[in-house]
Order: sequence, then C-alpha cells, then structure tokens
Amino acid sequence: MKYSGLVGEMLDRANAQLGDVIEVRRGNEVHVGILMPHHDFSSESIVTLKLPNGYNMGIRLDEKSKVKVESRREPKERKKQVLPHDPAKKDIAVISTGGTIASYVDYRTGAVHPAISAEELVFSVPELLDLANVRAKVLYSILSENMKVTHWQGLARAVAEELNSGAVGVIVPHGTDTMGFTSAALAFMLRNLTGPVICVGAQRSSDRPSSDAIMNLLAATRLCVDSDLGEVVVLMHGESSDSYTLAHRGTKVRKMHASRRDAFRSINSEPIAKIEGPQIEFISEHTGRSKGPVELKDKIDGRASMLHFYPGFEADHFDLIANHVKGVVIAGTGLGHVSEEILGSVTRAVDKGVHVYVTTQCLYGAVNLNVYSTGRDMVTAGAIPLGDMLPETAYVKLMWAMGQTDDPEEVRKLMLTNIAGEFTTRRFV
Amino acid sequence: MDYRSLGLKVGIEIHQQLSTGKLFCDCPCDFSDDHHKEIVRRLRPTQSELGEIDRAALEESERKMHFRYQTVPFSCLVEADEEPPHDANKRAIEASLEMSSLMGMKAVDEVHFMRKIVIDGSNTGGFQRTALISTGGSIMVGDRKIGISTLCLEEDAARKIVERGSEVTYRLDRLGIPLIEIATDPDMATPEEAKYVAERIGALLRATKKVRRGIGTIREDLNISVSGGARVEIKGAQELRLIPVYVEEEAKRQIALLDVKRILRERGAKSSSLDIKDISPLFRVTKCKVLKGALEEKGRILAIRLRKFAGTLGPSENGVNRLGPELASHARVAGVKGLFHSDELPGYGVTMTEVEDTQSALEAEPEDAFVMVADAVEKAMAALARIVDRANAAIEGVPEETRDPLPDGHTVYSRPLPGKDRMYPETDVKPILVNEAVLESIKLNLPELPEEKVSRFVKEFGISKEQADSLVKSGYEDEFELLAGGFGSAQVVARIYLNTFPELEKAGVNPSSLSLDVMKDILTNLKAGAFAKEAIPDILTSVLQNGHSVERATETLGVEKVDLDSVRAVCDRLVREKEKFIRDRGEESLGPIMGLVMKELRGKVDGKVISEILRERIKQLLT
Ligand SMILES: [Zn+2]
Repeated sequence: MKYSGLVGEMLDRANAQLGDVIEVRRGNEVHVGILMPHHDFSSESIVTLKLPNGYNMGIRLDEKSKVKVESRREPKERKKQVLPHDPAKKDIAVISTGGTIASYVDYRTGAVHPAISAEELVFSVPELLDLANVRAKVLYSILSENMKVTHWQGLARAVAEELNSGAVGVIVPHGTDTMGFTSAALAFMLRNLTGPVICVGAQRSSDRPSSDAIMNLLAATRLCVDSDLGEVVVLMHGESSDSYTLAHRGTKVRKMHASRRDAFRSINSEPIAKIEGPQIEFISEHTGRSKGPVELKDKIDGRASMLHFYPGFEADHFDLIANHVKGVVIAGTGLGHVSEEILGSVTRAVDKGVHVYVTTQCLYGAVNLNVYSTGRDMVTAGAIPLGDMLPETAYVKLMWAMGQTDDPEEVRKLMLTNIAGEFTTRRFV
Repeated sequence: MDYRSLGLKVGIEIHQQLSTGKLFCDCPCDFSDDHHKEIVRRLRPTQSELGEIDRAALEESERKMHFRYQTVPFSCLVEADEEPPHDANKRAIEASLEMSSLMGMKAVDEVHFMRKIVIDGSNTGGFQRTALISTGGSIMVGDRKIGISTLCLEEDAARKIVERGSEVTYRLDRLGIPLIEIATDPDMATPEEAKYVAERIGALLRATKKVRRGIGTIREDLNISVSGGARVEIKGAQELRLIPVYVEEEAKRQIALLDVKRILRERGAKSSSLDIKDISPLFRVTKCKVLKGALEEKGRILAIRLRKFAGTLGPSENGVNRLGPELASHARVAGVKGLFHSDELPGYGVTMTEVEDTQSALEAEPEDAFVMVADAVEKAMAALARIVDRANAAIEGVPEETRDPLPDGHTVYSRPLPGKDRMYPETDVKPILVNEAVLESIKLNLPELPEEKVSRFVKEFGISKEQADSLVKSGYEDEFELLAGGFGSAQVVARIYLNTFPELEKAGVNPSSLSLDVMKDILTNLKAGAFAKEAIPDILTSVLQNGHSVERATETLGVEKVDLDSVRAVCDRLVREKEKFIRDRGEESLGPIMGLVMKELRGKVDGKVISEILRERIKQLLT
C-alpha cells in the first residue's frame, strides 16, 4: 500500500499524504487528483490519482516530474455511535475476530481496513438491532489464516463470559479460511452451553451490494434469539442464491470451495438447521440450551501436527516433524493408509511416545484399518483410527486433549469419546 | 431551424461491444436463447463514506427488488459473482488502445479498474467494473474538429429479460462483455453533425475488427441542450438514422418548454401546492369511458389546480407538444396509465358541464389549468404529487433529465439525471502498465482507416467513390468486401446493401438480421441463373418474413428461373440474323445486339447473364 523508490521519495518531499489532492506535472502534462494508495501490483514508477471524474489513473513519474499538494484531505467526522438497549429484547453478543465479514473499504482511497469498533460492524447491519440488543466487542482484527491456538483460547474465554452474563447467544464474525478449525476448538473448549455460539463469515466483502455478510448475520441473530440450540455452529449461505442459510455442527463442517457463498458443507452428517427468513427448521438432532453455567475447558497444547500423506512422502520428513511434536494426525489415503516407508516412521514415533491418530483425506466416509494389511500394520505400529472425524477436527481435538491430560491413556480415551458430535457412527446413503 | 442561433449543443457517448471474449473471465461474447440454472439474489445499499447506511434508502431497497439471474450453458462463476475476476482481457485492452490511437488520444500510463456502484440488479456484484484508458483526442468530420474527451473500457450489464412485480429477471450472457465507451465533447451544433460523428466513430470502431456486430452491439447516449435549456440525456439509442431525429425533437421540445416558461413568467405564475380534491361525485353518470371504468374498479378521480397554467399543457398552434405529455410521463412513473388536463377538455366523453363543475370544485380561475387522474387512491395521489412537481419545474424552465428513445424518433421521460457515480478501486484486478513498447506496437499495426478503405474499394472493385463511402458508413463494408471479392458482381452487392437494405427497412423488415450465409446463397443462385437480380428484394423479404432459405423463397415466390437454353436460342438466332452487321462492327456490335435480345426477353433475364452468353457467341462467329 506504500509507495517506494523515486515515487515514494517525491511524495515524501512534497509531504503528500494519501487522500490529499495533489498536482503532478510531467513535461507539459498536468494532472490533479486525489492521491490513492499504491496497489501491490502497480509498477514502482507509477503514482495513482483519483481524477475529478471519479476514475483512477496511473501516471509514470520521472526525475523531472513535479509533485505538489493542492489541498489536504479533509478529516472525516465519524459520529460516535451508541448501541441502543431495549429492555423488551433479548441480549446477544457479537465478538468479532476479523476477516472479510468485518472489513471496511475507505471509499475515498479504496483501502480495505478491518472494523475499528464492533459498533461500526453492528451499524453496518442496523437490521440486527430490530431483533435483539447487541453487545459488541472487537476481540481480534486478524485474517483467519493468522489465527493461532492462543486466539482460540482467548475467544473461548470471551464467549463463556458473555453467555454466563446473560447473552442468549454469541455471534463470532470470522474469516472463512480457518473458521472450521475455530468452530471445532470452541466446540471442545466450551461445554454445557446455555445458547448457540455461531461462527459467521462472508465470502463477498460488505463493501459490495452483493455481500452475503448481512444475510448470514441476520440469520445468526435469529438463531440466537428464536431457538433452543446449545451448540457451536458455523452459519453460512446454503446455496448460491440469497435464499436460506445453513447452521453446521462446529466439528463436522469444512470449507469446500475457494470462493462460493455456499462453500461450507457438513461432512458425514446433515446440517443442524436451515434458516429461511424468520423460519428456523431443525434438520438433524441437536443439543438444547443447558441451564448453565457454561464450563470452560480452555487448556490446549499446541505441539501437534497434521500430515497429509501423498505418494512420494519421505520418511525423513515425517520423522523430522514427529521429533518436534507430541502428537500427529495423519490424513491417510482411502480408508486411512500410508506407505510402508511411512509405516516405519509411525512405529518410530509411537515408540518415542508420540500420539499418532489416523483420519482419511477423502473427508467423506470413515477410516477403517482392518480391511487391508497396510491398515492392520498401522494399528500394530500403534496408530489409532478416528472413524469419520475430519482431519482438521482431529488435529484440533488432539491438541485440546493433550491440554487436558498428560496421561497417554487418558488422551486416547478423550480422543475416542464423542464429545462434541465429532463422530457419527451411521453415515446415511 | 437555425440550430446555431439556438445554441444547440450535442455530445455523444458511444458504447460498443467488443468481440474479444469477456473482460474478466474466459467466457465467449455470445447470447443464448435458453438458460439452465437460476440464482436469486438481493442487492443492498452499502455504507456511505462516513460508514453509515441511510435507513430510508435501506427500507426502500428492502421493499423493492430481488433479482433472478439466469445462467446460460457457458456462464461461469465470475458472472455469478461467485469467483474473483480474472486478469483483464488483454485483447480488449489492446482494442481500446488501438481505438485511442485512431482518435489521437493520450493513453494513461497504467490502467486501473474501478467499481461503479449500480444496484438495479444489472450487475451481479452490485457494481460495474470500468477503467479510464485515454483522454484528449479528436476526430475530423468534414471540416469540423470534434473533441473526444474520454475513452473507457467497461463491462456490459446483464440482459434484462422481464420485470414482474418486485422481481427482475436478468440473463448472464451479456454480463461482462467488454464495452468501449467513447465520450465526445459537446461540440456538435446540428442534428446531422451528431449523426456524422456517430457514423465516423462507428466506422473507426469497426476498422479495428475487434467489435461485435449486429443489433444492440453499439448504443449511443445523446447529451442535448439549447441555450437557456438544460442538459438532457437520451440513453441507449441504437439506430443511427434516428440520431438526427432525436436531436431535432429534443431541441424542439426544449424550445417549447422555454416558451412555456416565458408565458408562465409573464403571468407571474408561482409554484402550486399539492392540494388534491376528490371529484369522483361529479362524474357519477359520466359518459367518459376511462373515468367510468376507473370508478367501477373502485378507483377515485382526483384533481389538482395548476395556477396560471391554462393553455400551456396542450400543443402549440403549430402542433408542438408542450407540458401535457411531460406531466403524463411523470404520472406513468407513479404507475397510473394517464391523465386528463383542462387544455384537452371537454373531450374524451367529458362534457362542458363536467369541466365547469370541476373548475368550480377546484376554485379555478380562467387562467388556471387543472389535471385529473383516475385510479386507486394511493396511486392517483402519488401521480398527482409527481405532476405538481413537474409542473412547478416548468416555471424554472427545462429540467435536466434522462429520457428513453422511442422507435418513432420521440423520447419519453425515464428518470432524473443520475448523480455523480460512486466509484472506488477494484482491488481484485491487477493494474495494467501501458508502456512505450505496447503503444509502439499498436501504432505500427493500426488498421486501415475508413477513408483508405474507400479508395481501395474504388480501385479494387470498380464501384464509385460515393458508393464506397456509403458502404463504409453503412457498416456493411466487411460483408461487401467478402462477397464482392468472392463472387464478383461488385455492383450487385453494393446495390443490395445501399439500395435494397434501406428499402426493406422502410417497408418494415429488418435486413440487419440477414446472415452472411444467406447473402452467399443469393449470389450463388444469381450466378447460376436461378433468378434475375431484380428478384433479390422479394427473395430477401421472404427470407426475413417467413424464415425461408433462399431456395425455398425462390420456389414459393414463383420467381421464374432463367431459362438459359432459351437465352442461348435467342442469342444464336439473332447472331445468325445479324451476321453481316456483326462481321462489319466486330466486338462493338455487342451493345446493339444486346438491346435486341433484352427486348425479346422483356427484362426477365439479368443483363449480365445475357451479355456473357452473347459475347461468347459473337466471339465464336468472329474467329
Ligand atoms: Zn465467465
């Protein structure tokens, strides 16, 4: 976003700031316009101006070019907004973590920045206030790919606090890329939920009239206010149309498309609920609200890794990682297999006390290590199959389980217990 | 009319579709008659610069529309707003730079695409992507230099299929087709000049050979004003020949409105207030069908008085429309079918007594006018509110507005001139550097200019300069070149495009939908003697109206097949009879003998066919 090289120097010398109206002279050409941010892929010798007709143009500067500031950017006056409170309505909490859903465009400069305040986020969807009182908080302002396990802990604590202080539900605006990991983490860390915890994302940013953010947020609010749900879910569009949204169980959901609105899918299970306008329809069994209080089990041990097996996977690579972690989740081929070579690595790792769990990279269907000899050898080596648990969910659960206990047998017990709907035993045709 | 003394100013904005493939995805620039999947979406106003949403605007948008998008078999996720745009189409960028170069424009050093907010549903994303390519050029039209202010490259909108209640259906085939948008300075001073400029720019665009052809592929917006009037935009004119008509009609309309303003000012007219009276009881036994019908459907007849407007609503003495049609078109925007005003009453079954009763109910003075609307109360009230606003604006003169072109050369009010577009950067698309090397290669490969083509046609095909010039302006130059090059008969081909086509158009059949294959069939059959060239207009009409093939049309029309045997027989006989004459005159005898043959065949056979046979026979005799 910053200018560098000759252009950067000339702008600095002229003391030109983004948003200022500047005049650029090159030879007998004169251009006047608003100084715009540098696009990452714009050429280094180019300065970008927004012309009075609204268009941006790139102008090449050379040594003889001249830049001067015509007028300073007028500071925008943002009204401090106070969220209203209506005693007749229920309270919900919005705890924002960042991502597309919570990002804003400065229309003057075109720069995208994360929501500064939760109020800003809520007032961009004022319809929320018709349905509930909103307690809003910006906990993080990060892209979801930058989430770490410590962020999950902080989030779980904030959610528990809101639910234990009267919120009927919590909405977590989140970047979509790793939203499934976060929902799984929350599902294991938060027990005895008194209301729904809903991770909501957007595949189209809210500066666009076609954004999916608004519909998703509204549906999440309805689910908080008008249902008895007491689980962690991910809520996104059910199809490309703006027709209905789906709430997916936090441990059974995965982003299955890079860009579509309906990217999130329940894997090996049905979604929990379909929300269409004010209508909430429960599609599959769900856990209802508890009397509380919400229990927080937020200890987590991040020393785990997830290894995707592929032809040519070298034992050295496996060993290298296994030497640095306490637990490994393998996403094996088909029913959960790895090569003979990796089988050796698994044996070595288990011997050193590393937890080795097996899931399938097919995502759909369950691991079964009884059918082929490779599978039986893996079990003999000490690898433990995890049924139809998603690899990502297994990875999160393993770290959580290792945080709960140091006893390998206890870890194993936790891993094989269905805690938050992460296992299904029957997969319907 | 002396347009120069009226201070007529016209500027044109031309939108031309390119044939380079879509601007931000790899889909073809084709249309589809059917669709498969449908996607239903809503668009929502976004936050203002200050991060707020106007609650009123929001309610407006909620109450209003949802959009049904029909995908076609070759649509992709980009058009459905389900995938980020791909890199901008290189060939489209080149076409726009080429066009800039042809008009002596200065290209930007780096092209930056913008998002222009459009929430009428015509773009799935709620914005149109557009980029400024170049500025500051000119073209010569006759001896007049016309300034070209900007050239932009943008994506075309989705194609509107139908609007029903709160749902608008669009098809995604047109969405994303690249459009070159060229805006001229307001330099044109006569209606004809506007047409010449549009023709010239159209010919230059076609010269690049990167544009789509056919109906709807080029659209013109006309910006028109006379001195004392206001800028009025006529949006989406498609027919070149109507451009001068639109300009002339708009100039007349503005002059008439200025005349109304003068009258109103002389009378000291002030803004009328919206004082609506329900006059339904006065019409309980009316003979007026429209009013009676409205009352029977539980509607009401509402009226307002327009102070000092008497005589400004009906047409002037020489038949030029004044305020009446303006008020009526605003009423239609509110959803009512029409209105009655005092300048046209008594009439339409409304009696003098009813008029007088209405006048007294409204306490109207002789200088006052009144307007009545019959419909459901809410609709009628909304219509009258718009009518009063429009009438009050007449005291100020000509309102700035956007108007829709009609096929008869008139225009009708569509909406106020849009405010400034809200544009912000399209950060998903990489900026495109326009360096010297790119510009240099474009300059070296510039296409043949229209005037160069004219001279070449004269030389290569032996047609007159006027014919060549008209062909290039008509837009059929490529077709002409292909057909005349392939079949000879340059004159026949030229006449089809320059004479037959306009005649067909006048007769109400649209020849522009004829495919090149049909034209090839025509020429093949003509050459084989299946019919005489005189039959071509009838055959084309039949092809167009009945969807017949050329063969079928020839058959059903009963066009006489040229009987080459009898032509040969006549030729042989006359050559024998005039043997001496031929031997005396040599090849020069062809003309006179030709006359004899023609006379005998009474024009049933194309002269060209006869002369070929006859020439051969004469040659045989002489050798
Ligand atoms: Zn496409």
